[in-house]
Amino acid sequence: MNEHFAGAPNWTWYILFYFFFAGLSGGSYVLASMLRLFGRPSDEPASRLAYYASFVALLPCPVLLVVDLGRPVRFWHMLVNTTPGQVGASFKYWSPMSVGAWGLLVFGVFATVSFIGALVRDDRLDSGPARFIGGIAGGWFGALWAFAGLLLGLFVAGYTGVLLSVSNQPVWSDTWALGGLFLASALSASVALLVWLTRFRRLARYSTDFLVRGEQWFQILELALIVLFVVTLVQAGTADVALGLPWLVLWAFVVITLIPGITRFGGSRVRASPSGTAAVAAGSAVLPWIVLLGVLALRAAVIFSAQF
Amino acid sequence: MVEIKPGTAYGFFTDTSVCIGCKACEVACKAWNELPGNEPVFGDGYDNTGSLDSQNWRHVSFVDNVADAAASPGQGTAWLMMSDVCKHCTHASCMEVCPTGAIIRTEFDTVFIQPDVCNGCRDCIAACPFDVIGLDKNSGVAQKCTLCYSRLQGGLEPACAKACPTQSIQFGPVIELRQTAQKRVDALHATGVSQAQLYGADDSVYGGLNAFFLLMDEPEKYNLPNAKNAVLPSRNNKFGYLTTLVTGALAVLGGLIALRRRRPPEATAAAPAAPREGRPDGE
Repeated sequence: MNEHFAGAPNWTWYILFYFFFAGLSGGSYVLASMLRLFGRPSDEPASRLAYYASFVALLPCPVLLVVDLGRPVRFWHMLVNTTPGQVGASFKYWSPMSVGAWGLLVFGVFATVSFIGALVRDDRLDSGPARFIGGIAGGWFGALWAFAGLLLGLFVAGYTGVLLSVSNQPVWSDTWALGGLFLASALSASVALLVWLTRFRRLARYSTDFLVRGEQWFQILELALIVLFVVTLVQAGTADVALGLPWLVLWAFVVITLIPGITRFGGSRVRASPSGTAAVAAGSAVLPWIVLLGVLALRAAVIFSAQF
Repeated sequence: MVEIKPGTAYGFFTDTSVCIGCKACEVACKAWNELPGNEPVFGDGYDNTGSLDSQNWRHVSFVDNVADAAASPGQGTAWLMMSDVCKHCTHASCMEVCPTGAIIRTEFDTVFIQPDVCNGCRDCIAACPFDVIGLDKNSGVAQKCTLCYSRLQGGLEPACAKACPTQSIQFGPVIELRQTAQKRVDALHATGVSQAQLYGADDSVYGGLNAFFLLMDEPEKYNLPNAKNAVLPSRNNKFGYLTTLVTGALAVLGGLIALRRRRPPEATAAAPAAPREGRPDGE
């Protein structure tokens, strides 16, 4: 049985929402790149929609991280070591916070370029510099760009779980499942967001069946990782910390939000409906928000249960 | 008087068997380091400091170990008092995770948080297994015992050790302190105090602690992890990333299968394939 005497770092709301938005941003980029690289030309509207979502979800991330610091104006110390005599880049591959700071920066470049590329392709931006930047996201180099961004997106969506585990906190450090769990739930949240956004872009609904099937798979993965998470905590003897009241209520809500996706409740409505898109629109109005709330609740249960 | 030279490892040997809980160490620490006072904590015991944090770099913890029915004189274990402090670990968890490089090992082999480099991310607080570090609300940076770095640089021993009236806190080169500690624990064992034990004097806890202890009970009684639980945060890097990697691979694989098996909805399937360029949906 693991015994912990570490103090809580007081990572609360800012960090909770950072984890949530980083997951959405990384996950949306993964979906966008999958649709572009492996989908059909008709998947392009959904792909661009996901690139937009990835960029917009990324915007609050640095803000949340910076305001959470005790000294916000020193945010750049994450990247530059200012120790006298040792001034230079600060990178520690064994510290997920250090790797994450660099990963977020590089991913930010990818998300921004792909966002501008999507705007150019949609004829919503036509200036010279924009066309140049958008050009990066086109052709064979664009494919490479999208693939590299996909890998970075997976990292940004999942490393936050590893960051928690690489500590001496109860719950967080007693499991190795958090990175995978956060990644699976981030992908699930990104699908939910994209399904909801297809309400505003008709042709993006071409990819709905992919999204519904993807959601089912991501949520099966998420459920399996929740089970792994609990098993590892039982082994460590700290399951009662993570699953005690009031956190048990949050966990119950998380599991309930997985049921429609795993049983493809929304998907069956899509297929059963004789009027196709109308059913999609109706099914996509509420369920995505429930899934998004579930993903937020999962992170809240993990973050808060260990500290309070 | 200990001669203090850069390049030598210095530390504390805190002998809890002679601690009387006077808190002179706490006062001396606050006085030298100009740490603010804090609202006293009034609980069940005599401890009104609470815990180590950004403004309490020494904390005399009181462990009430009095049995319900007194069966023996106590053998010095009825009240356990320990002047707790940063352990200045050889393998320091805080130093390991710090993303800014603010936590360094000094020329005296102590662990020091540079206040002008730290940005208050608090990763070190999550990592420290002893709950030593706190975030200072005024400066916004993490703070803890510096082993009186400024005094060492001036050839002076740390304030707490100088103030301790019972020599419960002894300062000196770590090698010499370990010999002193071994003699002391041997003497206690010889007089029948078999529960006396050294904590952190060997490398079983974080490769050895520069500030180590003679305890009168099991480490857990003093809120100290035993050797089995004294583990570094980086232990979870490998399997943490591996799980993420496997999940990512499975997710992408599942996504590819979903792309191959999916069926386009009726209405949009009838629409012509969207071109790669331009506005495909005319919205």
